[in-house]
Amino acid sequence: MAVISYREALRAAMREELKRDDKVVIMGEEVAQFNGAYKVTEGLLKEFGPKRIVDTPISEAGFIGLGIGASMLGIRPVMELMFWSFSYVAFDQIVNNAGNIRYMSGGLINCPIVIRGPANGGTNVGATHSHTPEAILASHPGIKVVCPATPYDAKGLMKAAIRDNDPVYVMENTILYNDKGEVPDEDYIVPLGVADVKRLGTDLTIVAHGRAVITSLKAAEILEKEHGVSVEVVDLRSIRPLDEETILASVRKTHRALLVEENKPFCGVDAQVAYLIQSKAFDELDAPIHRVSSIDAPQIYCKRMEDLQMPNVERVVAEALKVLA
Amino acid sequence: MAKPAVLTHPESLKRPAGPSEYAKDPVNASMSKAEKIALYTKMARIRHFEQRCIRIYQQGKIGGFLHLYVGQEAVAAGTISLLGKNDHIITGYRDHGHGLMVGMGMNECMAELTGRVTGCSQGKGGSMHYFAPDKNYWGGHGIVGGQAPLGTGLAYAVKYLGLKGSCLAYMGDGAVNQGAVHEAYNLASLWDLPVIFVVENNGYSMGTSQERSTAHPGCLAKRAEGYNMAWDVINGHDVYEVRAKTAIALKRAHEESKPTVLEIFTYRYFGHSMADPDKTYRDKEEIKEYREKKDPVLAFEQELLSEKVLTPELSLKINEAAMAEADKAAIFADESPDPTVADITKHIYWEEDNRGPKTTSRGTIIFE
Repeated sequence: MAVISYREALRAAMREELKRDDKVVIMGEEVAQFNGAYKVTEGLLKEFGPKRIVDTPISEAGFIGLGIGASMLGIRPVMELMFWSFSYVAFDQIVNNAGNIRYMSGGLINCPIVIRGPANGGTNVGATHSHTPEAILASHPGIKVVCPATPYDAKGLMKAAIRDNDPVYVMENTILYNDKGEVPDEDYIVPLGVADVKRLGTDLTIVAHGRAVITSLKAAEILEKEHGVSVEVVDLRSIRPLDEETILASVRKTHRALLVEENKPFCGVDAQVAYLIQSKAFDELDAPIHRVSSIDAPQIYCKRMEDLQMPNVERVVAEALKVLA
Repeated sequence: MAKPAVLTHPESLKRPAGPSEYAKDPVNASMSKAEKIALYTKMARIRHFEQRCIRIYQQGKIGGFLHLYVGQEAVAAGTISLLGKNDHIITGYRDHGHGLMVGMGMNECMAELTGRVTGCSQGKGGSMHYFAPDKNYWGGHGIVGGQAPLGTGLAYAVKYLGLKGSCLAYMGDGAVNQGAVHEAYNLASLWDLPVIFVVENNGYSMGTSQERSTAHPGCLAKRAEGYNMAWDVINGHDVYEVRAKTAIALKRAHEESKPTVLEIFTYRYFGHSMADPDKTYRDKEEIKEYREKKDPVLAFEQELLSEKVLTPELSLKINEAAMAEADKAAIFADESPDPTVADITKHIYWEEDNRGPKTTSRGTIIFE
C-alpha cells in the first residue's frame, strides 16, 4: 500500500477510470493546461491529450449542462467545479436537468455524470466561496452525493461515482487535499451508500462526514485521554444514498449520539440523521441527540473567527461531554 | 396596444403565403410525391392532435400547462423531415409537434397529457416533458432555455463519438435572453460543435412582445455574430423554405462540424399556454390576419394542390384520418389506467431500476 495524499488519490481514481473507459472525459475550468486550480488534475492533459481533458470557459451553466447532455448519449463526463459554491449559477442544470430527466422520461434516460470539486469553509475566502451544498443537493431525489474524508475513501468513492449510472456529486475539501493516507495499489471501489466506522467506541457515537470526521477523530482522542470516554466515530462517506444501518447499529451499542457537520444548522444533514435515530432507535437512547454545526451565519471572512464559526475540536469535545452528562 | 408581432417579422410580412419560391430548391424538388404527401400528413396530424387537446383540456382532463403548437407546424415538420440517424433534437415545453414529427404515437402523447401510465413518460412528465430517446428526441424541457446547453452536449457527444450527425436545439424567442442560451452559443462556436439552435420566433415571450423583451440588431439570429457563428432567418409558414435553409445549416454541421443559429418566424394561434386567456397583449385581428394569409398547413396544402401532388379528395381523407386518430387517442387516454402509488418511487435512479452485481450503490436512497 502506498501512502498518498487525498489530492493524489482523486487524481489516481480519474487516471485509472480514464484508462479503463474511453467514454470518460474530464472537463472544467483550468483542468487541462493550468493543471487544475487545486492541481487535482495535474498531468492528465499530458497523459491523455486534449480530447479527454478539456478546459472550459468560466461558464458553469453552459459546460455543466453540456456535460449532462453528453452523458445522455453515453459519454461519462467528470466535471470539475473550481468550488461547489459555483454550482449555484448552474443550479437549473444540476438539479432540474440532471436530477429530473430520468424521472420525467419514465426511466428512458439516465445521466452518468460526475460533478466534483471542493465544498468547504475554513479557507478565509468569505461567504461566496465557502458553501457546503451537500444537504441542499441530497434533498433532491435523483441525485447522489458523497463527501470523502480520507485518501482511501476519496479514491474509492470517485471510482464508484464514475462507474455509477446516475448523477453523482462528489464534494471534496481543499483543507484535506494534502492529507496523506494508505491507499491500495490494486483496483478497488468504495460503494456509494456505505458508511465507515472510523473509530470503535462504546460510550458515544459521533456521526460526521467530510472534514468533520477528521475533527471528530481528534476530539475522540482527547475525550479518551482526558475524560476516559470511549467514542465511536461513524463516517457517513455518502449522504445520499445513506447507510442507515451502520448509524443505527452504532447508536444501539453506545446509546448516545452527537452529530457533527460543517453545514449551518438549519436543514443540515444531521436533521435527517437525527430523525432517523429517533424514529428507529428511540428506545435505545439514554440522552437527547446533540449536534455541532457551523454557527448560523454566512461564512465570516476573518480567519480567527471562521475557525470558531466552524466545528472545531474544542466545540466537539464540549458538546460530547454534554451528551455524556 | 403593443405593436403587432408580425411587424417584427419584416420578411415574413412582405411576402404573403403563395407559391413557395423554395419549391425548386434541390432538397424539395428531390422529394417524391409520396414524401410530400407524408410531410403534409404529419403537419395535419399535429394540427388535429393539438386541436383535440383543447377539448380535452376544457373537459378538465389535462392538468398543469398545455402549450399548443397550432400555427407553428411547419417549423418542426420542415426541420425534422431532414434528419438522419445521427441527428438529434431537443426542445422546450412547446414540444408536442416535435414528438409527433419524430414518430411518437398519438396514443402515448395523449395519455401523457392526461397523466396515464400508458403515456410516453408513464404519466411522470406531462405536456412539457415528452421524451423518445429511441427516436433521438431528448425532450421536452420545462425551464426556458435550459435545454440549450443539453443540446450542445448532445452535439458534443455526437462529435466525440466520431459520428456525422448533429443536434437541433429548439427554443422560443423568449429563451434568447437566458444566460444558459448565451453560454451554449459560446461553447458551440468555441468548440465547433454540430448544433443548430432553432429559435422559433412566434413574436411573444409568454405575454410580452418581442419589442418589449429583447434588444437586438434587427433580428434575434444576428446575435450569433457576436459568437462568430453562422445564422439565417426563415419564414416559418413555408415548409419548403424551412427545409431549404435548414438543409444548409445541417450540411454545415455534418461536413464542417460548425454551429448555426436559425431564427424561424412563426406564430401561435392560441395563448402562451391554455392558462393564458390571450386578451391583454395582442389584437384578435393580428391572429386573424396570420391565419388567413399564412397558415402553414393550408399554405402547404395549396402548394401541393397546385403541384397536383394532392387532390382535394385526398386532402380531405388525410385530415379526416388525422381527426379520427386524435379521437381514438383521446379515448385511449381516457381508458388508460393511472400510475400507482408504488410507481411514484420508480424511475428515480438507474441503479435502483437495474439492481445487479455491478451496482455501485448500497444503502437507503428513497426515504420515508
